[in-house]
Amino acid sequence: MTLTPKTNPKPKVAVYKFSSCDGCQLSILNLEDELLDLASAVDIAYFLEATRTVKPGPYDVGIVEGSVTTPHEAERIKEVRAECKFLVSLGTCATAGGIQALRNFARADEYARAVYAHPEFLQYLETSTPISAHIPVDLEIWGCPVNKGTVVEVLAALLQNRRPNFPPSPVCLECKRRGVVCVVVALGIPCLGPAVHGGCGALCPANGRGCYGCFGPSSAGNFSALIASMMPHDRYPNETANLLRSFSSHAPAFRAAADAALKAASGREAK
Amino acid sequence: MTDKSLTIGSTVALPKPELDLLMADLRKNGFQTVGPHLQDESIVYTKIDGLKDLPRGILSEQNPASYRMIQTGKDRYFDFIPGGQSWKQFLFPPRHTLFTAVKDGKWLLKENDEPTPRYALIGVRACELAAIHIQDRVFLREDFSDPIYRLRREGLFILAVNCLDPDATCFCVSMGTGPRLAAGFDLCVTELDEVFLVEVGSELGRSLLADRTYDLPSAFVQNTANQALERAAESMVRTMDTSDLPGLLTGQLEAERWTEVGKRCLSCANCTLVCPTCFCWDATDQVDILGKSTRRERVWDSCFNPHYSYVVGGNTRPNIRSRYRQWLTHKLGAWKGQFDVLGCVGCGRCITWCPAGIDLTEEVAAIRAEVKA
Repeated sequence: MTLTPKTNPKPKVAVYKFSSCDGCQLSILNLEDELLDLASAVDIAYFLEATRTVKPGPYDVGIVEGSVTTPHEAERIKEVRAECKFLVSLGTCATAGGIQALRNFARADEYARAVYAHPEFLQYLETSTPISAHIPVDLEIWGCPVNKGTVVEVLAALLQNRRPNFPPSPVCLECKRRGVVCVVVALGIPCLGPAVHGGCGALCPANGRGCYGCFGPSSAGNFSALIASMMPHDRYPNETANLLRSFSSHAPAFRAAADAALKAASGREAK
Repeated sequence: MTDKSLTIGSTVALPKPELDLLMADLRKNGFQTVGPHLQDESIVYTKIDGLKDLPRGILSEQNPASYRMIQTGKDRYFDFIPGGQSWKQFLFPPRHTLFTAVKDGKWLLKENDEPTPRYALIGVRACELAAIHIQDRVFLREDFSDPIYRLRREGLFILAVNCLDPDATCFCVSMGTGPRLAAGFDLCVTELDEVFLVEVGSELGRSLLADRTYDLPSAFVQNTANQALERAAESMVRTMDTSDLPGLLTGQLEAERWTEVGKRCLSCANCTLVCPTCFCWDATDQVDILGKSTRRERVWDSCFNPHYSYVVGGNTRPNIRSRYRQWLTHKLGAWKGQFDVLGCVGCGRCITWCPAGIDLTEEVAAIRAEVKA
C-alpha cells in the first residue's frame, strides 16, 4: 500500500461497524494526543461513530470493526471491500469472530429463544465469523479492544509506506519487560500468554489474572505444549479449554487447541 | 563499639536494626536502595526504604514451573530464595530510550541524557554476583563497553547475602558459584537469628560500617554461621555435571533430545528473561503519525522469539527445536569460547519459571545419556 503525498495528499479513510460493541472504534476516538495529527494527515471520509458527514467512496483505507453475523452483513462486507483499496480488520470480532462466536459451539436459535420474546423477527447466521472468512483482508489488528498504540503504529506505517512494527512475540515477553510476576508459576492460574500474540502490554497478568487470548494466537505458539502446561492448573473443569474458547474462539489455532484440551480431559475422565 | 582496626576482610556482628541505619546512610550518599520485597505472592526486586520493606519471615518452595511463598513467622529477612526477577533489570534495563529525533527540515537527534541512577543492591546472592560478573564480560569488553551498563555498574554498591537455605531448583554448587560468597561485594551479610555477621569487602563498605554500632563476633557466632553455610552446600539436591561441557552440547547438534524438548517447549522466552546472564535485546522505533518525530528504545528480547533470528529471506532458526538448541548450546557451550566462562550460574530461575517445567539439568543429562547409548 502506498499513500504517497504526491499522488494523494490526503488519503481518504473509512471506518465501518459490523457486529461489535463499538469499543475498538472508541479506541480510535480515544487517540486524544494523536487525533489532531491524524485529522491533518488523513481525510476521515466515513466514520459514523464520529460524524454523520459522509463523503462518497472509493476510499484509500477501510477499517472494519465487528464480525459477520447476519445475511445482510455477509452482503455488505463485499460492498465494503469493493470501495476500499486497503482493508484493515480492527479488533477481535473482526479478526476472530469475537465473543459472539461462542454461538459457533452451540445452537444460535437456542440463544435467540432464550433472549428474545419473538425470535422469529430476527435474521441471523448460525455462526459469527471474522471478516477474513468473507473477503480478502490486507491487515489484521487484534485485541478486545485493540491497543491504541497499535492503531497509531498501523496508521503511521500506512502513511509512511512501511511495514508496521508488531513482532510476533508472546505476552510473556511483555510481562517480563514490565516485571510482572508470572501468574502461572506463582499463583497456579492458567494463562494463554505463552502462545498469544503480544501487544496488550500484559494487561491481564499485570492485574493478577491469566491471559484469555484476545490478541489471538501467536504464529510461533506451541499449542500442544500450552494445554499440557496449563490444564494441570485448571481450577474448574475445562478452564484452559474455556480460555481458548472465549474472545478469539474462532481462530483456527485456538479451535484446534480447545478441541485437543477437551479430548484430553474426557480421556482422563474415562480412565 | 567502634573498632578503629576495621579493615577489608574484617567480620563484625551487627545488630539487625543497624542495617536499617546503614541503608539510610547509603541513601544519604546518593544511592537508591533496591532489594527484595514481597509482591504478588513472590519476591520482586524494587526500591526499598529499609528493613520494613524486606520479606521478613518468608521462605519459598520452588519446583519446576512452581513458586510458592511460605510464611515462617521468623524474625529473619533473607531466608527466601530469589524469585523470577534478577539484578540485571537495574544494570541492563528492560526498556531504555536511546534517543529521540525530531524532523525540522532535517532530522535533529537528541540522545537520552537522563542522569544514571546510582543503585545499592541489597541482598545479592553468590549465584547472582557470579551472574553480574558474567554480564560484566558481555557488556564491558576491551574493544567496546555498553555505556548504559557501564555507568550503572561503575556506581554500584553491592550488599551481598550468604545463602543458608537453598531451594529445590538451586544447583550453584555444581556451577561453582555458591552458596558462599568469596569476593566482589562491598559488604557481605550472613544472617543468624539474633544478629547479622557482616564481612567488609571494600573501602566504601568499611566506612559505612565504621559509622555503625557493632561487636566483634564471638567464636560461637562464627561457628554457627560456618556450620549453616556448610549445611547449605550439602543440602543442595539438584546437580549438573559440567565435566564434559562445553563440548558435550556443541558436539551433539543432531541429538534426538532436541526434537523431544522442542515438543514440550513453549518458546515463550521466560527462561531467557528470568536468566540473570541472558542479554539479548532489540531496538525499536516509535514514529508518530506525521513522521516528524521518533523515539528509539532498547528493549529486552530473546532468542526464543521467532523474529529474533529473522533475516532477509527467512528465519535461521525456524522452529522451536532449533531455538531451544540455540539457547542451551550457547549457554552451556559456545558461551565458553565467547566469554571464557559458561553462561549458567545455577540459580535455577529457568527451571522454576518455565511454565512447562523444563529443567536444563535434566536436558543436559539426557543428551549425555544419548551420547553414551
